[in-house]
Formats: sequence, C-alpha cells, structure tokens
Amino acid sequence: MFFFTAAMIILLTGSLLLPFSGRGHLANIAGPLFALTGAVLALAAGVDAICTGGFDFISPWNYQLGGFHLKLDPLSGYFTMVIAMVCGLSALYGRDYLKPYANEKHLGVSWSMFLLLFASMLLVITAWNGVLFLVAWEIMSLSSFFLVIFESHRPGVLAAGWTYLVATHLGTAFLMVMFLLLGQNHSYDFNVIQASGPMATFLFVLAVVGFGTKAGFLPFHVWLPEAHPAAPSHVSAVMSAAMIKTGIYGILRISILMGPFQASWGWILIIVGALTGIFGVLSALSQQDLKRLLAYSSVENIGIIAIGLGLGFLGFATQHPVIGLLGIAGGMLHVLNHALFKSLLFFGAGAVRHATHTLEMEKMGGLMKGMPITGTTFVIGAAAICALPPLNGFISEFLIYFGSFSSLYGSKGTFSVLAAVTVIIALALIGGLALACFTKAAGIVFSGEPRTREAAKAKESGVFMPISMGILVALCVYIGLFSPQVIGFLGPVFDTTVAGHPLGDASLAPAVVSLTMVSRVGAGLIALIVFLGLVKRRWMQHKIVEKSTTWGCGYATPTAKIQYTASSFADPIVSMFDTTLYPVKNLKTDPGLFPTAFSYESRSKDIFMHHVYRPLFSVIKSAALGLHWLQRGYNQLYVLYIVLTLLALLFWILWI
Amino acid sequence: MRFTIFFHVIAAFILSPMIPGIINKVKAFFAGRKGKPVLQMYYDLAKLVQKGAVYSRTTTWIFQISPLVTAAVGIIGVMLVPLGNTPGLLAFSGDYILLVYLFGVSRFFTVLAALDTGSPFEGMGASREVQFALLAEPALLLGLCALSALSGETSMNTMVISLQAGTRPVLACAIFIVLLAENARIPFDDPTTHLELTMVHEVMILDHSGPDLALIEYGSALKLWAYGSLTASLIVPQGILSPWASLGAGFVALLFVTVTVGVIESIMARLRLIRIPQLLVGATILSLISLILIIR
Repeated sequence: MFFFTAAMIILLTGSLLLPFSGRGHLANIAGPLFALTGAVLALAAGVDAICTGGFDFISPWNYQLGGFHLKLDPLSGYFTMVIAMVCGLSALYGRDYLKPYANEKHLGVSWSMFLLLFASMLLVITAWNGVLFLVAWEIMSLSSFFLVIFESHRPGVLAAGWTYLVATHLGTAFLMVMFLLLGQNHSYDFNVIQASGPMATFLFVLAVVGFGTKAGFLPFHVWLPEAHPAAPSHVSAVMSAAMIKTGIYGILRISILMGPFQASWGWILIIVGALTGIFGVLSALSQQDLKRLLAYSSVENIGIIAIGLGLGFLGFATQHPVIGLLGIAGGMLHVLNHALFKSLLFFGAGAVRHATHTLEMEKMGGLMKGMPITGTTFVIGAAAICALPPLNGFISEFLIYFGSFSSLYGSKGTFSVLAAVTVIIALALIGGLALACFTKAAGIVFSGEPRTREAAKAKESGVFMPISMGILVALCVYIGLFSPQVIGFLGPVFDTTVAGHPLGDASLAPAVVSLTMVSRVGAGLIALIVFLGLVKRRWMQHKIVEKSTTWGCGYATPTAKIQYTASSFADPIVSMFDTTLYPVKNLKTDPGLFPTAFSYESRSKDIFMHHVYRPLFSVIKSAALGLHWLQRGYNQLYVLYIVLTLLALLFWILWI
Repeated sequence: MRFTIFFHVIAAFILSPMIPGIINKVKAFFAGRKGKPVLQMYYDLAKLVQKGAVYSRTTTWIFQISPLVTAAVGIIGVMLVPLGNTPGLLAFSGDYILLVYLFGVSRFFTVLAALDTGSPFEGMGASREVQFALLAEPALLLGLCALSALSGETSMNTMVISLQAGTRPVLACAIFIVLLAENARIPFDDPTTHLELTMVHEVMILDHSGPDLALIEYGSALKLWAYGSLTASLIVPQGILSPWASLGAGFVALLFVTVTVGVIESIMARLRLIRIPQLLVGATILSLISLILIIR
C-alpha cells in the first residue's frame, strides 16, 4: 500500500508541476527524475504484491456507481512490475532522446503526459471497479495520444494520432457495453460483477474486441503500425512494451472474474492469436521502416501471448490442468519477455534515428562500427525476440510448446490434439518468420557497408541511452539463464490467475526440471563459445591475419550499392505470401534505345487498413453526410433536439 | 548403458567429418570415378587450421563469432540427439524443442555474418536460407509432434525407443527431407558449388577462411551427424537388448542414411528454387499425415 500510494503521489505531483517547469532543460531533468522515482516505488509495490499479497483499498466515500476501489493482487503486481520497469528505463532513455528537442518543443508538457500515462496505467491495473477502470483507461488513451503527436510538425504524425484516437475509442465502446452487461444492481465493483453460460462467451468476445484493440489483435491492430513509428522512441517503447499489455491484463482479469475458463474462450484466443502472430510477423518482414517493423512485431508477440493464454484456458476448461498451467505460465512470462526485448529494440531504433535522422532501413547499413553498443544490444534483442536460447524469449515459447506437446501424450481427446497442432504449427511458422524478420532488421541496419553518408557518420549519443539498453540486455540474459528461479518467483501470479480451478496434483515442476536443463545447456553454449573463442585467439596469435575487401568472386571494387537491401532480402518470402501482404510493386523503366534511369519500388500495405477499414469508414462518412440536414447552425434547433430527447427519455422511463 | 551414451558423443566428435566423405565416395561410385578419399575432410580441416585468415574490412565482431557459434551448436547438438536406442547425453523432456531452436541460433549468426560482409552474393544466400528454414521448421516440429503423440513420450530418446513400426517410414521420410534441407544437400542446395544458381548455404561462408572456415565445416559435419542420428533412430529396429548391439545397429543405420544421401545426390539434380518451398510443404504434409494416422 505504502509503495503504491507513494508512487502514485510522486507521478501525479510531477504531472501537475511539470507543465510549469518551462520548455527546456529543467523539464528534461525533473521529468525523468519523477518518473524514475515513481518507477522504483511502483516496482517495489509490484514485487511486494507478488511476495506478500498486496492490498485491497475501499475508500470511505461512495459515488453513484460504486466506490473508489483499488486492489493490488499478485496478478496486478506482476503487470505493475512490467509497467514500472519499462517506464523507468524509458524515462532514463528519454532524457537523452529528448535533449535535441529542448528548444523547439515544450518538454514540460511532454513529460507531464508521460507521467500521467504511467500513473493511469498503474490505475488501470489496480482499479477494482468498472467505472473507475474505464476512467483510468480513458486517461491512459488520451495521455498516450498526446505523446504520439509530440512531433506534430512531421508529415503523417497527426494522421497516425487520429487513427489511434479513433481505434482506441471504438475499442472503449465495446468495453463500456461489456461492463454495463457485467454490472449487477447498479454496482460495477469487480467483487459483484458476474456472468455465466452463453452470456459469458458473448461478454468474452466483447472483451477480446475491446481489449484486443488496445493489445493489437487482428484485425484491430491497424493503429499500432501507424502510432508507434510516429511517437518518440521512448514513448513507442512504453506503448509497445507496456501499454498494449493492459489489453492482455484486461482480458485476463475479466476472464478470471467471469471464470471458470471456458473451452470456447480458449479456442477464440488460440485462433485469434495464431492469425495475429502469423500476420503480424509477415507484415513486419515486409516493412522498410524500422519502427514500423517493430510495431508489427509487437502484433506478432501479442499473438504469441494470446496463443499461450488460449492454450491455458482450453487446458483448464477440458480438465487438463497441467496444459492449462503451462499455457498460462508461457503466455504470462511472454508479457514480461516481450516488454524487455521490445523496449530494447525500440531504444535501439531510437538511437539509430538519433544518429542517422531516418528510420528507412534502405538508408542505413554498417552502423555497427560507429554505434557498437547500440548494434550489439540490438543484435542480442533480435536474438531474444526470435526465441533463441539461451535468451528469455525462448523460455516463454518453450513453456507454450511444452504445454502443447503435453496435450499430445496419451489420449486426451482429438480436440486438444487439434489445438496442440494448431499451436505448434503457428509457433513454428512464427519462429521461422521472426528469424527472417530480425536477421533482416539487424543485418541491414548494422551490418555491411553504409548506404548513405549519414549512416557512415553515425555515432552513439548520450550516456543514459546505452545504459538503459545495457540493463535490458542483462535482464534478457538473466531470465534466459535463471528461468527456474523466475518461474518460482512468479508462482503466486500464476496461482492468482488460476485460483478457483481444480489443479489436482498438476504443477509446473516437470517444466521447471526441463527449464533447469535448458538453462544449463544455455550456459554451456555460452561457455563453449567463449572457450572456442579463447582457443582460437591463442591459436591465431602467430598466424598471419590480413585485412582486405570483401571477396566479391573476383570483383575487386565492391560498392554499397550492390549490397542486398531490406526489400531484396525479404522479397522471396514476401512474394510467397503475396496474397496476404499485398506488395505493391512499381517498376519504372526508360523505354528509349539507351535506357538510363530505372526505378523500382515495392511497398506492402496493410490489407485490413486498405481493404476493410478505409472502405468501411468511407461508407460511414457518406451515410453521415446524408444526415447533414439535421445540423443547421441554429441554436434554437439544438435546444429543440435536447428537449425532444429529454421528453423521449421521460416517456421511456414512465413506460417501463 | 551410460558408457554407450558417451561412446556415441565421442564417436560423433571424431567420426562426423567422415560423413561427407562417405557421401562423396557414393557419388563418385555412381559417376564411375575413384573419388576423393573418405578422410578428405580431415585433411581439409587440418590444412585450414594451419592457415592464417583474411578478414574483410567491412566485417565486425558478428563475422568473428559466427564460426564459433556454428561449432558450439554442433557440439551441443550431437550431445542432445539419440542414436537408435542409445539416448542422448543431455536428454530431458522437451529436448527436441531446444534442439530445433539451437540450430536456429547458428542460423541466426550465419545469416548475420553473411550480411556483415556486405557482399551481394552472401546477401542472396542469406535471404534464401531464411526462406527455406521458415518452411523446414514447421515440418521438423510437426514430425517431432507426431513422434511424441505416437510414443506418448516427452524426450527424443524415449520417443524413438517406444515407437511402433507402422508410421516409422512416413516419419523417417519427413525428417529425412528436413535433413536434406537443413544441411544444404541436393535437391535443396548443391554443397559442392557456390555458383549463383545454388547460392544458399555455401555462399554464406564465402568470406570465411582458415580456422574460421574449419570451425564452420566441422560444425556443419556435426549438424549432419545430429540430423542423421535422428533419422537413423527411426529406422533402427527395436528390441535389441544389448546396449552395444543397439549402438552398433545405430551406426549401421546412420551409415545407411549417409549412403542414401549420397545416392540421392547422384541420381537427382538440384530443384529449381521456386520448387523448393513445395517440397518442404510436402514434408510438412507428410508429418501431418503421420499425425493424422496416429490420432485417428
């Protein structure tokens, strides 16, 4: 209770004070300080909640729709931990990142919004009342909107912010309906809300749509690839690594409250998750903008989380608590893992943008030489997100794989075998595509020859940017190598999630035994690489080692122009999936006898944005224009509308 | 029993460079040539280790670490796989998931090292490598999925031991196809050339020289051994009681797999690049068929 209250007070005070702190450097010192203090306190509150059970606070005063009710249980504590970690490191990073903007932007307001976003996320996680939850949800959406449009002078940023604002409010609309239907006796307190039977499934669908819009489920993901590249990098990290997880939290919390888990929920999540994951990583692969690629990859990882949770729900619903536990544990651990490596990658992208003033991968290359820290941490982050051992991404995917493989042993019914096969195919495909996607991102940006002069001159900037990236790498490696300890620490979180479900003698113990072996093999791999490296260095001491140009099959003067580009690297896969990715290829040739200039452009557009939402919204727009005659600009007319509405409401109440 | 496990690992360390030699002998036999000696790869490795190295100025630490990763992954890979009824040294439940993703680690670094040189050829190889791998991975995992459904077991070694005879050939075919794809053999890739048409795996290591190249070659040999053992385990007959006899049967089966690779390389041409995805999807379908056969 103490830590949480202290964190909230610090964050809200900071958010109120900072707009007055002026434009420049003072705000850029005070903002991160407030955020860091708040993050440390919130982290303590989260850890405390996981270890000792947290608190339950009901305010003495009451308002119409239920009280000001906060509850921090281990599940909330876990998400608090994730949010605090990401926000704290992003604030540290943001200090360096925002420095160049000190003279042109009002940094006080920006930091104030950052603190407000942080505080509102904590409130979303702890709110124990539907109305309070929605209020916090709305503050979260609006503060992040203002952060997205920070660089409003850049083309496309306002449009991205607009897309985000519309998407998030459409999602909220579904949530409002859901909470209205969940409420009992004019109270929306989480202790009394309930649902059962087909109604519960309907409400679950509403939750998947409403929360899924925030989380980035297919087909509600369209705002992510717009908003994340538009926002400053430390904000992209917070949004992608922490804020979209509130959607996952929402789905989990509502499912627990409506519990016990139903098989249909599991299937919905598995199918939505598989589609989201595959589509997300495919779209990521076809991008040329680094942050757009990362945004689509968040869609992919949200898919993996949904797959894990879906498998967990299905396991419990079909009386296979072991599978259930494994799915839940895998999905939940992936929340933390994705928060770590995705903020790491966004930090890397931000550092690259700082140095090269662009996010176009085709204009980069060879950045590893000028920016070794960013390059190295980015490569490690890329390996982690590809779920490669011995890093953290592998651990959560291992648990999900382990769960689906366990549903194959013996005879557990065709149904669960079907689910297992779906999960395994989806994860394997996502894994292969992610490897293609992130070798492309890391390889095209940091390896090879620089493609432009800016790329050749790129240098590291700041002290705090490398520090925050270094901390994240350490955490990724730690979870990869000490996964049994991490699973043990998170025990209460899993228990809270599955409370009320018959567990029997099911436990995570067999998986932990395997993870112990995975950790050992991982440590062994690192040790072996280091050992081989030392042996090689010693062996090579007296050998002739030369430096030369890259051997181009006899061609002695290679240039950066003949390198493989991001587009050419991804082209075979993009063409293979062209029905989903819709690559638009544009080849301009010179028809003359001695052709000189050729140009070739290929872009992948989001199939949902361009073939679903654009047409849909243009239909709505033309329909709305048809009602134009209602709006005349006369105040008298509007007063008349109000009176008519009130009368209609009066009659309606009298009627029933 | 324990001793045979160690024996398999040590045999893998020592004998794996012979596998490419045997394949080459088989190919030479089909072509009516005398062929290189079976031990050629040992000579090559010895020569490479003696040499110095040339590094491109474009490259960074990624290029330097990639051979180490390839070799280290190969070494751990052969410790994980069983051979016939002889379990893997590090066997535990779920080990096959680790095996698949471990080879992912070496692929990750090989591809990055290829891009690190800035060479267009290596970029082409890297691009194709990730394309084929993304199709090979579901095939392999589904094959393992079928294995585990069939045996009700959780680890590779117990899986292959308690396998019924019926679905073995189908699964062996599926995993064999993945073996050919993952180890850059015909019909997916031609290991003897790195000409433009066959630029997949060999072209990615074009810039490595000396001890680095030796590490890569040795790592690839170990990888071939690991996949070969897994395939061989599916064709070793069950019920051999003596551990040594079963290990012996495992080696014979591995030899058979090796010779089969050689025969395939002799009688087939490399597929057109656009046909390769179809073959890999075919392998996935084979795995799926065996899975359906099991759970029907």
